[in-house]
Amino acid sequence: MSDHQGVLQNRWGHLRKVLERPGPFSHPEFEPSSEILDFIMTTCKVLVIGAGGLGCELLKDLSLMGFKQIHVIDMDIIELSNLNRQFLFRHEDIGSSKAEVAASFINRKVKGCQVTPHYCKIQDYDETFYRQFHIVVCGLDSIVARRWINGMLISLLNYEDGTLDQTSIIPMIDGGTEGFKGHARVILPGVSACIDCTLDLYPPQITYPLCTIANTPRLPEHCIEYVKIILWPKENPWGTAIDGDDPQHVTWIYEKSLERASQFNIAGVTYRLVQGVVKNIIPAVASTNAVIAAICATEVFKLATSCCVPLNNYLVFNDVDGIYTYTFEAEKKENCLACSQIPQTLSIPDPDIMKLKNLIELFCDSAAFQMKNPGLTTYVNGKNKTLYISTIKSIEEQTRDNLNKTLLELGLQDGSEVMVADLTSPNVLTIRLKFPNKNVAS
Amino acid sequence: MSSPSPKSPEQNDKNKKYDRQLRLWGDHGQKLLESSKVCLINATALGTEILKSLVLPGIGAFTIVDGEKVTEEDVGSNFFLDEFHIGTSRAQAATETLLELNPDVRGDYIDDFPDHVMSQTQDFFNHFNVVIATALPEKVLMPLSKQLWSANIPLLVCRSVGFLGYVRLQIREHTVIEAHPDNEAPDLQLDRPWPLLREHLEQTDVPNLGTKERSHVPALTILYYYLQQYRNENGGLLPKTYSDKEKLRNMIRDSLPNENDILEENYEQAVKLVNVCVNCTRVPNHIQKILDDEFCTNLTSESSPFWVICAALREMVQSEGALPVRGSLPDMAADTTSFISLQQLYMRQAQSQAESIYRRAMQISRALGQSPDSISETEVKLFCKHASELQVFRGNCVADEYQTSSPSASLHLEDPESLMFYYVILRGLESFISEYNTYPGQFDDHVEPDVLKLKTLIGKLLTDWGCPTLVISDDRVHEVCRYGGAELHSVSAMLAGCTAHEAIKLITHQYKPINNTFIYDAITSTSATFVL
Repeated sequence: MSDHQGVLQNRWGHLRKVLERPGPFSHPEFEPSSEILDFIMTTCKVLVIGAGGLGCELLKDLSLMGFKQIHVIDMDIIELSNLNRQFLFRHEDIGSSKAEVAASFINRKVKGCQVTPHYCKIQDYDETFYRQFHIVVCGLDSIVARRWINGMLISLLNYEDGTLDQTSIIPMIDGGTEGFKGHARVILPGVSACIDCTLDLYPPQITYPLCTIANTPRLPEHCIEYVKIILWPKENPWGTAIDGDDPQHVTWIYEKSLERASQFNIAGVTYRLVQGVVKNIIPAVASTNAVIAAICATEVFKLATSCCVPLNNYLVFNDVDGIYTYTFEAEKKENCLACSQIPQTLSIPDPDIMKLKNLIELFCDSAAFQMKNPGLTTYVNGKNKTLYISTIKSIEEQTRDNLNKTLLELGLQDGSEVMVADLTSPNVLTIRLKFPNKNVAS
Repeated sequence: MSSPSPKSPEQNDKNKKYDRQLRLWGDHGQKLLESSKVCLINATALGTEILKSLVLPGIGAFTIVDGEKVTEEDVGSNFFLDEFHIGTSRAQAATETLLELNPDVRGDYIDDFPDHVMSQTQDFFNHFNVVIATALPEKVLMPLSKQLWSANIPLLVCRSVGFLGYVRLQIREHTVIEAHPDNEAPDLQLDRPWPLLREHLEQTDVPNLGTKERSHVPALTILYYYLQQYRNENGGLLPKTYSDKEKLRNMIRDSLPNENDILEENYEQAVKLVNVCVNCTRVPNHIQKILDDEFCTNLTSESSPFWVICAALREMVQSEGALPVRGSLPDMAADTTSFISLQQLYMRQAQSQAESIYRRAMQISRALGQSPDSISETEVKLFCKHASELQVFRGNCVADEYQTSSPSASLHLEDPESLMFYYVILRGLESFISEYNTYPGQFDDHVEPDVLKLKTLIGKLLTDWGCPTLVISDDRVHEVCRYGGAELHSVSAMLAGCTAHEAIKLITHQYKPINNTFIYDAITSTSATFVL
């Protein structure tokens, strides 16, 4: 960095004005000095999760806002359809790691910036990795991943005699976009609303009833789902699962969908639509990603420097009709699954009828849990008992029969604790079952 | 298993690259984008970030006009300028770096100041689809604004200072066919079914259907049946009030043979449709206004296709009393045949109406002496499908706004939280630059005296507008002087994303542009839009 010291004075002149001068709207604790810029340049470590549409923008924005100690994590490789907005990638980068290409681009372009790439899943690292950061920024398109990192940052909180140790808080800034809409939010884990506190803000994914798909299709989407869900497993043309990136697969689905659509006189099956349904494509443009990432980066800068009060705590954006932003305070949920510290209880009205598979369905379908693939264990007479785990084949086979047993048959009682592990959190959730009193149940 | 036949329309590379945006503005939007020419005045961080979000989605070409040389501070805030560019032409450096983003886009530059360019080549800026200006001094903005106003070229003026920013759109007239509204009620026209639709709907004796048939009949057919029954019982009138509609909803709910039966999905949907789908079909006010517009009623040979098609639409509305039917149905629980036959009825009606509007528009266009290919059938179809979303924007000239007192600005100054204050302060800042040739607070030891100077200039503006000068808080003026003209990258990047999408709206004629001044306050992460 030493050979750039000569230009540093002027190069960061923009930031110096804001950081070295007092302002009427700065944070009450803000004390202007040159040390703040030193802090963000040498000490402050920021983790960017995702090197896609938002991630590329975030890396650029943060590096030009003076941050130099940046890590970026992304498990994906670069595809052609990324190039309309992920501006750190070129045609020749297709097939390479997003994190690695993005990091080396920024390091080349912004002298002195040290972006460290991690070409892996967020779940591949444990708390020792995440603990090193001052601030985490997310540019993700997956709710599951958001909930997981949210849970991770919550698990890093220290409580002493029930009081939160403020130094254990790692702020999380979350951005998201879809078409011309987006959001940016600031989460202070344990203090303000977290991802799980506001789960009901995420709309459930559209699914079509199986009987419609099988018997009474009306939309082109129904025909595509038919090929995807019913025809593919039956004919299995390549002996593998569907790969939405394999043009042969998509073409096969397209042709079969077209066939089915013409049988039923349904118009509108196009290659683009087929691809969209198969890959669950979310439309995206450069401009919305630029806006949301920039708002997130501004919030990182505010949090790291205290030069302004941070966003409290949720902003939504939409530029279909003019340019619209709305800022509000999302509320912390008193009994939040992830951040409330309150033991969760679940009332089961009919433990003699409810089967284990119904309980698992409840964890997946209810708006409060929205789990993906929960594994359940419990204690019966002081001994650990696995109820059902689908992710490990041998255990799945051993516990499969439990699915059709009722909760009572499995030895669960009023007050039993069920430990639930799921993709949506790095932490195991303990749920205390509440059964009606015995007279009614029997 | 046989291998897939090669005839499938597997997408080409360009479609793949732009796939995520083609799903939004379609191939026709992309085509307009790819033939567009955009001019950027001043390759500031804000300016290059705007172009970035236009080059990536693939505009045809851009031109940068900038007479400045790259400084160290530029490199600190502008991603498209490097250390080795310091001292060289900013226009050239930015052009070369931006072109690396997308090989489909052409770009060139003029290493000269915009006022000089204007005086050299009078109509230089008239050859673009959009002109975007950043950090433009008032004395250049005034003539540019006037010139583009008379040439009817849209102008986007933007500024980013510290945690503040603004975007101003100047446009004389802009028409939109596809506004892409978020929620739109289905267009069923059940109050005035055309003969084929009525005949079709009346074939179904809804209450006497068997159990199986009943669960397969589309909500629309159910709704029509009970709407007719309601009208028979109520002197032919449509349900208007909440209680009228509740009466109709109850007729549907109570129609099940067995009281304990839960309402089937299609009946449930029919109940839900009552609120939005049994109203009297009429031409929305904002559309009627467009049809009565002088541009629609007094066509000339210069009239754009939009207005020619509007005139044809107007004649149809006059004879039919309604807009052409949209031609699409929401999905409804039903068996395939009943749903598809209904869907096709709507689609065919829409097609035949669009065809007759197309024929009429062609006649009108020919009578005006326009070229025979000025109206395309595809455009007319699109137009008819979106006839209830049409938009016409008429803005005003920035130069006029600066030269006359601005009562609409003062309207908002009574609210102490209004972001309009920053508009006034930014106007003051522009006067400051004109007067002292520097930003207020640019030098560390000038902040306090500059606060006083800026306050004086703002006071003068407010007096000119007839507003009390006390309305602007000292804190806000002080904050702007603190910035000393600093351009914070992330604030510029936010404004740039917004501005780029405004340019895309203007080029594609889709979505509604801002009307007409957007102010962003990154201190509180809020924004507001004002009509000035």
